[in-house]
Amino acid sequence: MIRVFLKEFNSFLNALIAYLVIGVFLTGIGLLLWVFPETSILDYGFADLDTLFSMTPYVFIFLIPAITMKSFAEEKKMGTMEVLFAKPLSDWDIVIGKFLASLALTLVALLPTLIYYFSIYRLGNPIGNIDTAGVIGSYIGLSLLAFAFCAIGILASSLTVNQIVSFILAAFLCFILYSGFESLASLAGDGALLTKQVGMLYHYDALGKGLIDSRDVIYFLSVGGVMLLGAKVALGSRHW
Amino acid sequence: MSLNIQNLTKIYGQQKAVNDISFSIGKGEIVGFLGPNGAGKSTTMKVATGFVSPTSGTVTVGGFDVVEQPMQVKRIIGYLPEHNPLYLDMFVHEYLHFIGSLYTLGSFHLKTRIREIIDLCGLGQEQNKLIGSLSKGYRQRVGIAQALIHNPDVLILDEPTSGLDPNQLVEIRKLIKEISANKTVIFSTHIMQEVQALCDRVIVINQGQLVADDLLQNLVGQKTHAPVLVIEFKENVAPEDIARLAGVDKVIAERKHLRVFSRPGADVRAEIFRFASEKNISLLSLKEEENSMEEIFKSLTATHPV
Repeated sequence: MIRVFLKEFNSFLNALIAYLVIGVFLTGIGLLLWVFPETSILDYGFADLDTLFSMTPYVFIFLIPAITMKSFAEEKKMGTMEVLFAKPLSDWDIVIGKFLASLALTLVALLPTLIYYFSIYRLGNPIGNIDTAGVIGSYIGLSLLAFAFCAIGILASSLTVNQIVSFILAAFLCFILYSGFESLASLAGDGALLTKQVGMLYHYDALGKGLIDSRDVIYFLSVGGVMLLGAKVALGSRHW
Repeated sequence: MSLNIQNLTKIYGQQKAVNDISFSIGKGEIVGFLGPNGAGKSTTMKVATGFVSPTSGTVTVGGFDVVEQPMQVKRIIGYLPEHNPLYLDMFVHEYLHFIGSLYTLGSFHLKTRIREIIDLCGLGQEQNKLIGSLSKGYRQRVGIAQALIHNPDVLILDEPTSGLDPNQLVEIRKLIKEISANKTVIFSTHIMQEVQALCDRVIVINQGQLVADDLLQNLVGQKTHAPVLVIEFKENVAPEDIARLAGVDKVIAERKHLRVFSRPGADVRAEIFRFASEKNISLLSLKEEENSMEEIFKSLTATHPV
């Protein structure tokens, strides 16, 4: 598994995908956070990182499917999957290895935004006037969100040999699961809360308040787990 | 037996790709696996490597069942899939290192092994190039190198020489011959000369069914009960004169050559020589026509419609 992870991660670095992903993510988030007047913290005047934590999930919806789209689709198309399957690796080794590589790249892209936290921390009046617990909770929330999104991307990639199909499918699934249920809740009447709780936004917001509830953590981990299981089943379908 | 296939059947949807095939291959054997396109060669190989599961029947490699103990099987086989898929964006050395590391070879052992395999496959010049920039022949060598990196007991090569030029063909064949000592090798091919150059034994399948499994010499010998001679005289000789000789069945004149069909079991070569010396005519050439692999292939795969 670790070998597959290293190989995948190296291929991100070699193919310049990693630099592109990190560069685009940081540039986009940086512009939203500091430059664009509607969302700029400097114009807003309050020392918080709400913009970062509310915009990043939407950037992830496009960025993570772009990272994961090739993981299985390309290998299946090229036939290299057959080489990999003939090696002493279980299907789980391959799925988890590829999943972790995508997740690692996403987290590496997220890491430099810690600088924003320290900037706000220093800019606060008095210094340190920021909801640190909320920030920590939000970072945990973002990491869990990345976990679930990467798993969705891996599943989408394992279902098709076409990278574009994989990208669109993954982006759509991420969007529906993230904010789709939240929007549907207003139609649901009595079941509104339940509908909201199916979506990711509800759990992500809960974590963002700085309260790490095990139910929210378990929610994200199980969504990711189910998606990875789906990917494993999709790979196993060659035996049918 | 290193590779043992028992009553293997594989059905894709409605189509029977492989239908009740059984054979086994022992250590040290090189077996040519022949059949027309779509006969089920690749499917059989895919089942043997555990890539797909059989619909029914069992396949064991080195005593391990491919369905029950896939890990043990994968550790002892080397597999070159059809079309030789490779990671085109990896470097040769990097790729071999990745593949080797999957077999949990120690890092020191792995380094020496990669050096060995690069020498063996003649990749010394190319080891620091991108696989995508290599020519077809070198890519094929990389494919064979990845199949060999862990020194497998059983080698399964699906069309290892397709699309190579004649020089590369000879080199790859030589390579396969070199590495095959003490290993079980099964390879599929469409090139009949290759079978004659490489294997001891031939397995032919057609439309998913086994139609021949025999030593090459038996297979070639099978159809030559009645040898055919091609002879050439300096002077003009009437075919009827030859046809009158003892043991000759019929004679067909083809420009300067005469094709002499002898009766089963008869050897007419001495007769023809005596005929020539009695009539004082010069015999320029006399050769026995071999029943070539192509003809055998044609007859085997044509006479077994399902």
